[in-house]
Amino acid sequence: MGSVLKRWKLPAVMLGPFIILISLFYFLPVVLIAILAFTSMDSAMRWDFNGLANFQKLVTDPNIGVVVKNTIIYVGFTLLFNVFFGLALGILTTYFIQKESVGLFFRTIWMLPRISPPVVYTLLLLWFFDPSEYGVLNSLRALFNMPPDKWLTTHPMTAVILANGLIGASFGMIIFSSAIKSIPKDLFYAASVDGASQWSVIKDIIIPAVRWPLMFVTLWQFLSLLTSYEYILLLTNGGPLFESEVLALYSYHKAFQNFEFGYGSAISLVLVLIALIFSALMWKWFGMKKMMGSSRIE
Amino acid sequence: MEVTSYRSETAPVMTSVSKWKKRIPFIIAYGVLGLTTLPIILMYLWLLLSSFSEQMKYGFIPVRFTLENWKFLWTSVEHGGSELPSIWTATWNSFVFSGTLTILEVIIGVMAGYALSRLEFPGRQALMKTTLLLHAFPSIALLIAVYYILNFMGLFDSLWGVVLVKTALQIPMTAWIVKGFFDDVPWDVEWAGLIDGCSRLKVWFTIVLPLIKPGIAAVSIFSFLSGWSEFLLLYTFILSDENVTLASYLQRLISDPNLVNYGLLSAVSLFYMLPVLLFFIFTQKSLMQVSVGGGKRV
Repeated sequence: MGSVLKRWKLPAVMLGPFIILISLFYFLPVVLIAILAFTSMDSAMRWDFNGLANFQKLVTDPNIGVVVKNTIIYVGFTLLFNVFFGLALGILTTYFIQKESVGLFFRTIWMLPRISPPVVYTLLLLWFFDPSEYGVLNSLRALFNMPPDKWLTTHPMTAVILANGLIGASFGMIIFSSAIKSIPKDLFYAASVDGASQWSVIKDIIIPAVRWPLMFVTLWQFLSLLTSYEYILLLTNGGPLFESEVLALYSYHKAFQNFEFGYGSAISLVLVLIALIFSALMWKWFGMKKMMGSSRIE
Repeated sequence: MEVTSYRSETAPVMTSVSKWKKRIPFIIAYGVLGLTTLPIILMYLWLLLSSFSEQMKYGFIPVRFTLENWKFLWTSVEHGGSELPSIWTATWNSFVFSGTLTILEVIIGVMAGYALSRLEFPGRQALMKTTLLLHAFPSIALLIAVYYILNFMGLFDSLWGVVLVKTALQIPMTAWIVKGFFDDVPWDVEWAGLIDGCSRLKVWFTIVLPLIKPGIAAVSIFSFLSGWSEFLLLYTFILSDENVTLASYLQRLISDPNLVNYGLLSAVSLFYMLPVLLFFIFTQKSLMQVSVGGGKRV
């Protein structure tokens, strides 16, 4: 008995705070969301169960069509932008620019939007899209004698995609450039001796080598784009009307603006389920088991 | 004689043409990188110039040097008829928030990381799988439930509550990174200590921990910066003026439709970004490594 206690003591002490935190802020919330989705809780915080009413409401919601469409456009185009631009940056800064310091310089600049606080980054974008003649885009238009445009009102979705795309591209860039760096140099030498064109080097050496990182980045970004809305909230707040509102932001607005906690939870639950399915796929494809060697003491 | 002179004249031309042809892809690469990177550099340069000038001609050419925009450092700012709290209150709150977050995250992360890396206990594999899965989990979709829990614990509108939430959201990732650091420490080091009669805990504290000091430093910087940049959680869970942080302070200024003073906005942004920029400049290499090697090992 004593030895059992002794064996358990160290892991329990070391893991205690960790387990308490993740139970309190991951597991409990998942359970709560799943229960809240079947209640009509509002700002009075009362648990009134109403069966499937929230989900019926979700299906018949007059805004849901445009919100789902926005979500698909937002996730789809941002993902394309992220992955292709990230890959391009990775190839450009590691393969075409052989000098490590120059490549690092470009990669560092591209990290700036990612490490800037979201509010500061948004300010830069607001200035870029400013509706007055002082905005960057409108100053450029003024050069061609064109009147200023209210970019965030006329093209809210494009602005949102660009904002998230610039940040997401650097994620792909980091993963891809380290993958490209790990390709043995001999392959490139052999290709150049054989007189291979740059395009075939990219197509036949680099792309196959980054196949797994490519899939990983795509899935990972898909998951985070589906459920993140911080930059949309700051940039357009879903507006004008519902033109840049995505599902995750819709849930947030329902809960924290209209105080429909029950309905907001129902939307979140749908998102969580989609995310869980894709996490499971990711798990299966990337065989993460190989990263978990067992303990070698005791 | 004539033949040789003919040769010596044309041969260099030939080689330089083929050299140029070979260089074309590289020139295009530099061009594309330069064109896409330049706007980012210009945007951050604008932030600096705009904060020190009275007015921006065409939106981005500075006119006359002034310190007027930095007045917020010693006087309070009017915002929608009411005064914003002092910038120093916000700075102090941001500092307390990020500092506490860093301490909690490092202590809990190091303990859990060691347990995951070196200790044998029932459920180890399951816990590791969970930790990895939580990486990809859309925690932001759970805000409604987190709100309920904070409310229940009486921690709504309190910086401590948000610190706990933020720690929980980051801890799976941190624990995993730290586990990676411990994995790199040879087992012989620990065995040697154990043979000399130290307890497991003592070996950990006096021998193993000092070996991963650089890793711990990187993790600390990483978590401090992410606390400093945090916006969404603070925006959602903090209401009162006395708990305002720099992110919310800046966001309030930005969202005021009557005050589009880019001079002031960029000065506040720069002030807010200062620690991020400093850390980034000095630790840029190790930060890049953490986000590649430690973050997601694929």
